[in-house]
Amino acid sequence: MTDWEPVVGIEVHVELKTASKMFCGCAVSFGEDPNTNICPVCLGLPGALPVANAAALESIVRIGLALHCQIAPQSVFHRKNYFYADLPKNFQVSQFDSPVAINGWLDINLDGTSNRVGIERAHMEEDTGKSLHQGGGGRIHSATSTRLDFNRSGVPLVEIVSRPDLRSAAEARAYAQDLRALIAELDVSDARMEEGSIRFDANVSVRPVGAGELGTKVEIKNMNSFRSLERAVASEIERQIALLEGGSRVIQETRHWDEEAGSTRSMRTKEGSSDYRYFTEPDLLPLVFAADTVDRLHSDLPELPADRRSRFEGMGVAAGTARVLAMTDPELRRIFTEAVAAGSDPMTTAIWVTGELTAVLRKTPSSKVAGVGLAGLLAMVKEGKLSSSAAKEVLTEMVASGDEASVVAERLDLLLVSDTNAIEAAVTEVLAAQPHAVARYRSGEEKVIGFLVGLVMRSTGGKADPKLVNETLRRQLVG
Amino acid sequence: MPVEIDIAHVARLARLALSEEELSTYRSQLGVILEHAAKVQSVPTEGLEPTAHPLGLLNGFREDLVRPSLDRDEVLAAAPDSADGYFVVPPALEG
Ligand SMILES: [Zn+2]
Repeated sequence: MTDWEPVVGIEVHVELKTASKMFCGCAVSFGEDPNTNICPVCLGLPGALPVANAAALESIVRIGLALHCQIAPQSVFHRKNYFYADLPKNFQVSQFDSPVAINGWLDINLDGTSNRVGIERAHMEEDTGKSLHQGGGGRIHSATSTRLDFNRSGVPLVEIVSRPDLRSAAEARAYAQDLRALIAELDVSDARMEEGSIRFDANVSVRPVGAGELGTKVEIKNMNSFRSLERAVASEIERQIALLEGGSRVIQETRHWDEEAGSTRSMRTKEGSSDYRYFTEPDLLPLVFAADTVDRLHSDLPELPADRRSRFEGMGVAAGTARVLAMTDPELRRIFTEAVAAGSDPMTTAIWVTGELTAVLRKTPSSKVAGVGLAGLLAMVKEGKLSSSAAKEVLTEMVASGDEASVVAERLDLLLVSDTNAIEAAVTEVLAAQPHAVARYRSGEEKVIGFLVGLVMRSTGGKADPKLVNETLRRQLVG
Repeated sequence: MPVEIDIAHVARLARLALSEEELSTYRSQLGVILEHAAKVQSVPTEGLEPTAHPLGLLNGFREDLVRPSLDRDEVLAAAPDSADGYFVVPPALEG
């Protein structure tokens, strides 16, 4: 039996959220009436001349720098020639052998293990229009006509190509999520998968473990969530292994992910049809980014999710929690930072912020929670004044009212009895009423302690600090 | 220096349906052009900087400013077919 190793690379298309399109002044805007943001350039009318958008180019340089790429001293636009109804010029302005950014990497994190994924390139191009297939249930092969909307035509698009460094469907998903978080951090795109402003295609192949050469790769498309990306890659890996183990071979092709069927399906494109005949775009000038501009953009980069994750890990937050926290809402991170500054333990705070607080704020969006307030709550738990479950109740009320933890706990009557005298008395009373259990404990039956803790808790109305009860019981039982 | 050329492939890439006779005409016409290109390629270029553009200019960016788009009705009036604000074309097929 051969053991197979999957090899996966990801191509990402990111729509930039500039005000205007890549090569013309039409607005970049989503969800508007069809064909309301169009002009001779983005309709591909003869004689129209494109001029490159400086802000879009600045965005791709920032993306390249954030991915630790080299920014090419000179970069050139090319025409990628193919025929499709939503591509009015019959070519897409893209970049071929001189992309803006090359040779970078992104550190991803999966189940606490860090992995460096190579970035081959990031290049600048333009988006196509949108086709709507009429009749035949919207299916392309049985459509009776096609409607075209060119509002998206010419929207700036950055394509980021990874090296084939991913080894599982789960890693592919982690890479996609971490890359999306990086793009969101740079604030260069809406980066919404459902709306197509960030799109992931995967190149999948398998090879026997230990083999040096790569297997035949298949490109899979049409995944519109991280979950479907992971499922599609897993399904394609399985399909290829089954083919090879059955003595067949994998054919190099493009396959569509079918969400309902849970499998990929061949697009049956004719062999040799993807001959794009790239050539230099004569209407656009070569790009040269001044070193001082690149340096400025580099030093102005925000803290990136991967770096932030390392910083949280350095504070003592476990890797998995650090990853979630590093990619979460900035407002939640602000609360985390404030709480830690106010003396809370970073790991405990991170668990509360990414867990309970995230859940509560999702249900009831509010700006009333401050880090100091959360620190106060966690201190009460630590000091035994509140049980963890009561603390969750208190947090919900804090979010709603903006009151301090101690005030809320008192109002809701959730404070634990940590009055040692009261607990001593309750313990003495329970032990006196349970001579049989006491004898069993003293003859070595440790687990009886749980039963006794339960009785003391009940006699104090559930408000005693269980830790303190446990300690008091053990002490009195010995004595 | 004759250059081999798969004229049928080139025609298909350009979505041109050509007769055998036309293929033969274009094969010889394109052949002459490619021979000329081969001649240019044989010029020794060692030590020369590659040029991406004949103008010698760089960048030529524009600011990210929105300018008015065209009137949709006017644009669609020039199209062979339209409906509900869309261009309408025959169904597209892959390949
Ligand atoms: Zn335009």
